Amino acid sequence: MEIIIAAAIGVLTGSGLWLLLRPRTFQVIIGLSLLSYAANLFIFSMGRLRSNAVPIIEPDTPGNLATLTDPLPQALVLTAIVISFAMTALFLVVLLASRGLTGTDHVDGRESDL
Amino acid sequence: MAGIITGVVALACTIVVTTFYAPMSQGKVVNATVEWLPSIGLNFIVRLDGFSWIMAGLVALIGFLVVVYARYYMSPEDPVPRFFSFFLAFMGAMLGVVLSGNLIQMVFFWELTSLFSFLLIGYWSHNPGAREGARMALTVTGIGGLCLLAGILVLGHIVGSYDLDQVLASGEIIRSHALYRPALVLILIGALTKSAQFPFHFWLPHAMAAPTPVSAYLHSATMVKVGVFLLARLWPALAGTEPWFWIVGGAGMATLLLGAYVANFQQDLKGLLAYSTISHLGLITLMLGLGSPLGVVAAVFHLLNHATFKCSLFMAAGIIDHETGSRDIRRLSGLARYMPITATLAMVASAAMAGVPLLNGFLSKEMFFAETIVEHVDSLFDGALPFLATVASMFSVAYSLRFILGVFFGPAPVGLPRTPHEPPHWMRFPMEFLVLLCLLVGIIPGLTIGPFLHIAVSAILGGDTPYYSLAVWHGLNYPLLMSIVAMVGGVLVYLLLRGYLAQGQEGPPLLRRLKGQRIFERIMVTVSWKWARQLESLLGTRRLQPQLRLLVVLALVAGIFPLYMEGFGPRRLSFEKIDWHGFDTAFALMWLVGMSCAIGAAYQAKYHRLAALAMLGGAGLSTCITFVWLSAPDLALTQLLVEIVTTVLLLLGLRWMPKRVADVYPDGAVPLKVLARRTWDLLVAIAAGLGIAMLSYAIMTRQLPETISSYFLENAYTGGGGTNVVNVILVDFRGFDTLGEITVLAIVALTVFALLRRFRPAPESMAMPEQQRVQFAYDDAHPDRNIGQTVAEYMEIPRLIMLWFFPVVGVFAVYLLMRGHDLPGGGFAAGVAMSISFILQYMASGTRWVEDRLRILPVRWIGIGLLAATFTGLGSWLFGYPFLTSSFQYVELPVIGKIPMASALLFDLGVYSLVVGATVLMLIAIAHQSIRTPKLPRKAFSAPSSTGGQ
Repeated sequence: MEIIIAAAIGVLTGSGLWLLLRPRTFQVIIGLSLLSYAANLFIFSMGRLRSNAVPIIEPDTPGNLATLTDPLPQALVLTAIVISFAMTALFLVVLLASRGLTGTDHVDGRESDL
Repeated sequence: MAGIITGVVALACTIVVTTFYAPMSQGKVVNATVEWLPSIGLNFIVRLDGFSWIMAGLVALIGFLVVVYARYYMSPEDPVPRFFSFFLAFMGAMLGVVLSGNLIQMVFFWELTSLFSFLLIGYWSHNPGAREGARMALTVTGIGGLCLLAGILVLGHIVGSYDLDQVLASGEIIRSHALYRPALVLILIGALTKSAQFPFHFWLPHAMAAPTPVSAYLHSATMVKVGVFLLARLWPALAGTEPWFWIVGGAGMATLLLGAYVANFQQDLKGLLAYSTISHLGLITLMLGLGSPLGVVAAVFHLLNHATFKCSLFMAAGIIDHETGSRDIRRLSGLARYMPITATLAMVASAAMAGVPLLNGFLSKEMFFAETIVEHVDSLFDGALPFLATVASMFSVAYSLRFILGVFFGPAPVGLPRTPHEPPHWMRFPMEFLVLLCLLVGIIPGLTIGPFLHIAVSAILGGDTPYYSLAVWHGLNYPLLMSIVAMVGGVLVYLLLRGYLAQGQEGPPLLRRLKGQRIFERIMVTVSWKWARQLESLLGTRRLQPQLRLLVVLALVAGIFPLYMEGFGPRRLSFEKIDWHGFDTAFALMWLVGMSCAIGAAYQAKYHRLAALAMLGGAGLSTCITFVWLSAPDLALTQLLVEIVTTVLLLLGLRWMPKRVADVYPDGAVPLKVLARRTWDLLVAIAAGLGIAMLSYAIMTRQLPETISSYFLENAYTGGGGTNVVNVILVDFRGFDTLGEITVLAIVALTVFALLRRFRPAPESMAMPEQQRVQFAYDDAHPDRNIGQTVAEYMEIPRLIMLWFFPVVGVFAVYLLMRGHDLPGGGFAAGVAMSISFILQYMASGTRWVEDRLRILPVRWIGIGLLAATFTGLGSWLFGYPFLTSSFQYVELPVIGKIPMASALLFDLGVYSLVVGATVLMLIAIAHQSIRTPKLPRKAFSAPSSTGGQ
């Protein structure tokens, strides 16, 4: 399990970074989205991977980590998901406005002279 | 009106200060502490002892008098309320400095006085001189203030406390400490810049561009006194050492001589007074620098005297300027016949400045002379002190004479902008009052200033207060002789210089070339322009890619370096321990697809945006399934819903991105440089991916250490009343973080909205999309069809389904919200779900159709959500708990059954409402773009039209 998730995080990060370094704004926005998947999975994996663990506690028995999932990374990731959506939206709008204003979709707002 | 309020405040301050006479005369210290950060010894302390009492009284009383004066001085065309609000703010900052019982707090107020001085000097902001002067004053005093802060931090480190009482009590420790010298130098830079001491004196004459009441108040009576106030305040802790004597005494002496000399050659009345102020401040500094208790007495005495006579002289200069329209001594003359009362008052005040007997200036000057004669440090400088003091005093007599004789006597002036006359009585009143003080203190010192001076001095010196006599006549002695020499010499200097000055040259001979200002400007240009530009051209780039590349590589190095140093490498990864039993082929296959999608998205994002978007969704779905697989239902739910809105959002955006032109290198002849860059980027990306994969694998295969998660698990139900721990963390344990997060979301949504209001799409994407054009052309070609009918027809079935989905998804969202505290769900997921139900309608039926029937008002949803969340938090204050403390109980509702009614549910409701509002606002804002641009064919639009948001 761990090795699959590790590989997934690696591939997502690599693809995201490659796109982040590209000159076109749409590439960057896709890259950021891929990077945020990677980051979310990474944070999530800090609580270790557990399949079939219980995410909901019993009302009257205090829970412990032996049987339950680690709620802390999940809470962190939950807010990260929403914030990354907001970031994507903002970036998309900036991208569109910049395309309209500058006439190019290069990240610098002008075509590079190589 | 503003003037009256300011005056009343100043008068009230004066009265309040006066009421403390009784405890002050008994030598008590009044303290009031408001705890702020007691754990690190930072508290807001107001401390009143004799010295700060006198200073506070001076600030308040002179403040009141200057306000009365300014009411007549300021022209109604100026923004007068702004003047008085700055003035009041400055007065508050001054009182803060003198009343601080904590040194950090004092530095804070100290900087505030610099800032308000900046605003007041630059009050006539249309005047370039005023702006220049303000900037210079702020730069010099602000840098001084920062040095002071550093010095105070060192001092606090030496003593172990920033409390003024403790610092004053540990003089011995401070003076013998190894860090004494750095602390002293830094503190002295602060004090000397503020009090315009050589070599930092040059800012004060330029500050004279301020309105005259400001010059009278800030730049003669109060703010410039703060420097010497600090020297006197810290005198018991810092003074009496060799470095103190040389720096403070040396700077004081240089300033005294230089100021007095240069003052003689000024043609501007205020310039003369400015240099005279510099010189008198030098005198006070010198007294404090000598390090003897009698010096302190003389310094404090002269500080008070100088404030009275110099303030009234500035007022006189202001009146002359106001009534004649000029401040140039060359043009003014014979004004005594037009304004006899003002002339008389100014004469008395100048006489006090020159040190004429029976006036207050004489007394403190005698004390000064007496003190210079006493030997302090056996050196040539100490031996020369009496002579230097006499010379400075001669110059002082000379410029005082010049002020009076040049302005008030002689032939009637010609060619003045206005015919001079007496000012209104109340404009003169402050001068009258101050001059009366000069006279009273000068004639009967023991009865007037005596007790006050004693209070102030004994607060500084405590048990070391020396015996001193305030009598007017001390018999024939050296100080009297020095005074007589200075008087006679001053008259001679004036007579000698008169011819030279009449030539009308500005500035002193010999020193005319050497201007502090010029040097200052040169430094400013070098630092803030030349060096900044060089640094920018050396390090800066306007291109994003090199910056990002640098950041990524730096991050990579920063990640690898510590691991490398610890001897960590791929070999240390324990692959033997891979649990092949837990290896799930389905899971592996799923991620095989996910990874292929990620790589595919990376590959296709340049030319095939839609394909890249679809593959991005594939990677997102893999992530989502992973969350389900690994026991995180909440995450899976939220990820899935957010995935949907993100995709819709990007799809809406795609419409406005023009087609990419085909490859710029058509025949595959990619330049080598580009190829090299791509290879490098690929290597960096692969390295980073490998690194993070190794890192996460290494962490995942290690035992989970003890974290705070157990605390959440144990207390989620007992403390938060919910069984879904993730949700309890979000809305209860870390509710404040969530509040911050939803605020960010709201800000982003509003920003998106605002950006799109002024949105101008790329010209290439203005035209209608090809698909729509074909459809509309088809409709247009058939006379029996309406335009838009084709779209409407083939969207009919999906439209109906989506329409029916609206209540279903809505109920589902509310369900998610209600159960969120106990089962997977919660405000975020519910909010996104609800917004999906809205956006489905937009997609199915078109923007116009929906908005004719449904008004969503997303901004209101955002506002209500933010308010609900905040007020839920505030509610706990009503019950005396900290912000966002939650309470809960279960409530039986008919039909629905037992539901948890935690106050956290209210908070979650706020989150829900805000997320709905923000998401819908962003999506609608983009969707709306499509209905305003396309130029439709002439035929009328018929409902149900469907532009479908795309």
